[in-house]
Amino acid sequence: MPQKPKEDEVLDGPVEGLTQAEKLQFIKGDVAFNDEIFTPQNGLGPLFVANSCGSCHAGDGKGHPFTILTRFGQIDSTGNHYLSLGAPQLQNRAIPGYLPETLPANVPFTKILAPANTGLGFLDAVSDADILNLSDPLDIDGDGISGVPNWIALPSYSQIRAQAITQGGKYIGRFGKKGATYDLLQQTANAYNQDMGINSSFEPIDTYSKQEVDPEVSNSTVHDVVFYLKTLKAPIPRNQNDEDVKAGKQLFFSIGCEKCHQSELKTATSSITALSNKVFHPYTDLLLHDMGSGLDDAYTEGSAKTSEWRTPALWGLGLSKNSQGGSYFLLHDGRATSIESAILWHGGEGENSKLMYQNLSTNEKNQLIKFLESL
Amino acid sequence: MKIFIFNYNFKNAIYVLLLCFINNIVVGQTDSLKITRTKQDTTQLSLNMDAVYNRPFLKYGKIPIAIGGYAEANTEYKVTDGITDGFAFQMRRMTLFLSSSVHRKIKFLSEIEFEGGTKEINIEFAALDIQLHHLVNLRGGIIMNPIGSFNQNHDGPKWEFIDRPISATQLLPATFSNVGFGLFGKTYKPNFVWSYEIYLTNGFNDQIIGNTENKTFLPATKLDPNRFEESFNGEPLTTAKTSIRVKRIGELGVSYMGGVYNKFEVDGIKLDKKRRADVFAIDFNTELPKIHTTINSEFVWTLVDVPETYTQQFGKKQHGGFIDVVQPVFKKPFWGFEHTSLNLAIRAEYVDWNVGVFNETGKNIADDVFAIVPGVSLRLSTQTVVRFNYRYEWRHDLLGNPSIRTAALQFGISSYF
Ligand code: HEC
Ligand code: HEC
Repeated sequence: MPQKPKEDEVLDGPVEGLTQAEKLQFIKGDVAFNDEIFTPQNGLGPLFVANSCGSCHAGDGKGHPFTILTRFGQIDSTGNHYLSLGAPQLQNRAIPGYLPETLPANVPFTKILAPANTGLGFLDAVSDADILNLSDPLDIDGDGISGVPNWIALPSYSQIRAQAITQGGKYIGRFGKKGATYDLLQQTANAYNQDMGINSSFEPIDTYSKQEVDPEVSNSTVHDVVFYLKTLKAPIPRNQNDEDVKAGKQLFFSIGCEKCHQSELKTATSSITALSNKVFHPYTDLLLHDMGSGLDDAYTEGSAKTSEWRTPALWGLGLSKNSQGGSYFLLHDGRATSIESAILWHGGEGENSKLMYQNLSTNEKNQLIKFLESL
Repeated sequence: MKIFIFNYNFKNAIYVLLLCFINNIVVGQTDSLKITRTKQDTTQLSLNMDAVYNRPFLKYGKIPIAIGGYAEANTEYKVTDGITDGFAFQMRRMTLFLSSSVHRKIKFLSEIEFEGGTKEINIEFAALDIQLHHLVNLRGGIIMNPIGSFNQNHDGPKWEFIDRPISATQLLPATFSNVGFGLFGKTYKPNFVWSYEIYLTNGFNDQIIGNTENKTFLPATKLDPNRFEESFNGEPLTTAKTSIRVKRIGELGVSYMGGVYNKFEVDGIKLDKKRRADVFAIDFNTELPKIHTTINSEFVWTLVDVPETYTQQFGKKQHGGFIDVVQPVFKKPFWGFEHTSLNLAIRAEYVDWNVGVFNETGKNIADDVFAIVPGVSLRLSTQTVVRFNYRYEWRHDLLGNPSIRTAALQFGISSYF
């Protein structure tokens, strides 16, 4: 009989310490996320990019280029000027009988690949104050790394966090490649609407007709999915006692990777006890960094610059191949097909640590990569 | 305009069958209505197309009606990647058939299947055959589309395996029948028998590419509750098969089934071009001389015109098949049964629901399954089989991520009655 894969080899599964009622809600969300397939009969489209959450986030992991998203139309913090042409997201697929959207000529755009969805409840529960503490907009410590939050306007349905910090009526975004999404509800409602053409009471405007239409997913399903995302366990690191992995971890700190890929964060008090006041190890600071011209796609969201991306969490990195069909597709658009290539694309605020990586011996490079694969 | 619409009333057919039953119970067995078993050895294969009639029927005196059926029950313990729902006891299906000779050259046969209790009740077959010549027979009603061999010859007791082949149930729609009519015929020569069948029936619908299996899935056609009453798009499905059985070599069948699956026009307004789904199948079966090993296999290829602007989730090409090898180990009286045989059997099967490569990466689109099923079967009589199977299956998602492995221990009985 086939054995269960080891806990640390898979991304799915709930955090430890959920109550029975919480486990049941987790299961409901799991089914809606992974098993609910939308078809033309039950609401898919007419315009869409993929037909289930799971088809972009297979096994809760990173996405595959076949469902890559295109966003277009915004170059600075003055907002998106192509909304009437279907911006920000291109729905490049359509159910039979409809034509999908095409990219308007000469418009700035970027492509983004789905990130993994693990441990998001922990990231969600970090306090705004902690995030701001990591930011250094004027680079006062002179390490070449600033780090700023994406200040975004909230949709009407967002529930503002306790002790939220605002700036000119804007709030700190923390999800999405540019950190332009406030919370998991906004992310989920948008995903239903923009990625699958499934309208909800939160996002009722159909992407095809541009009209408000009846909900195609219930509020309770949306909340179950949000709960599921919050309570998906954090990836469990492997081989932590391996000597190379230990040495690689040292290097990760000493060449400055950890300045952005923060190894340790803590959660504030959460309504879900299992997430409350926990220390965890995501390897992100949830802040935006200027990554230089190589990663500048001339498109942006919120207050981010076009060259800025939110530091991706590195937990689960070693398992990402298992959801991407056996290959790595890293960075926002999946252009890097190895960990090394992802490092070599770092520029801007990441330039220094990339140079230090290049100066490592082959053995040290291998140790660093072994460490990253163990996450 | 709808060109081909075949109507058939489901409920009435079920009533007729039930009435026959009740009648029999009430009337009881007087001498003039003595029940006799029509002589039939179901393990002696003729052509697959003969399977509908080649079954044990009970006949009642001189009444020109014969009745029969089969039932399958089993228990299963299944584990998928270390997770199990424990034991399950299943009454997979019970099928009733009723045949009657209206005239020496006119026969009616119907077959009703109850699957999973009464969850699914299907008329699998309800057709009238009129023989004009041995090469020209007219068949009309609910017809079993002769694609591959399993669809024609699927009675549980004939098989050594508890599960139906995946390629027959999840690539082809197993027990796929539709309303329509057509011709069939056969010719016998001393060394071979040759047959043909050609039918026009109601056909596919667009659930083929809009279903919660999230793959191009011909069996989703069966989800349309109206398919026995109207044609989805007014385009008939053509099914044709030719088979030849050569003495001491075996039977080879080549079949085709195809038609338009989308609604290309509504009220005279053209919506889309006609999009086709076409299926080709080859089946072969034989029995090796002396050692009596039987080999039975079927391979299927499908081509579906999926709109370019839809999603790569839904494959344009699919293929799959199975091969069963059955080796009788001994045949002798056992536990008071006169003709018991013990068999070792193995099935290997494979289906790829999405043959091709991703536009973005040029790498293989997986969405496939491979399974191997060793088993032991004890045939207590030619009509009753007790089976024990072990099944191991590797399934890949679309992207080819690490396989989902399922193993199952299955024990069951299947018998004509
Ligand atoms: C078409 C592919 C696609 C589908 C379908 C999809 N997602 Fe995503 N998902 C993405 C991409 C791409 C991103 C990055 C978005 C961004 O940068 O704004 C993302 C981001 C996310 C994030 C934020 C993760 C992070 O680390 O910031 C969450 C949570 C999420 N998706 C949940 C869902 C849910 C829930 C569904 C189904 C309702 C869903 N997704 C459907 C592609 C998809
Ligand atoms: C200035 C902040 C910063 C520093 C320093 C930094 N990174 Fe990154 N890293 C990022 C950002 C931002 C991205 C995302 C860029 C994108 O998606 O285009 C990223 C992406 C990555 C990725 C790809 C992750 C994924 O999920 O696609 C890896 C791997 C990575 N970094 C490793 C490293 C290593 C190793 C170092 C040290 C040599 C390092 N980073 C230093 C900010 C940084």
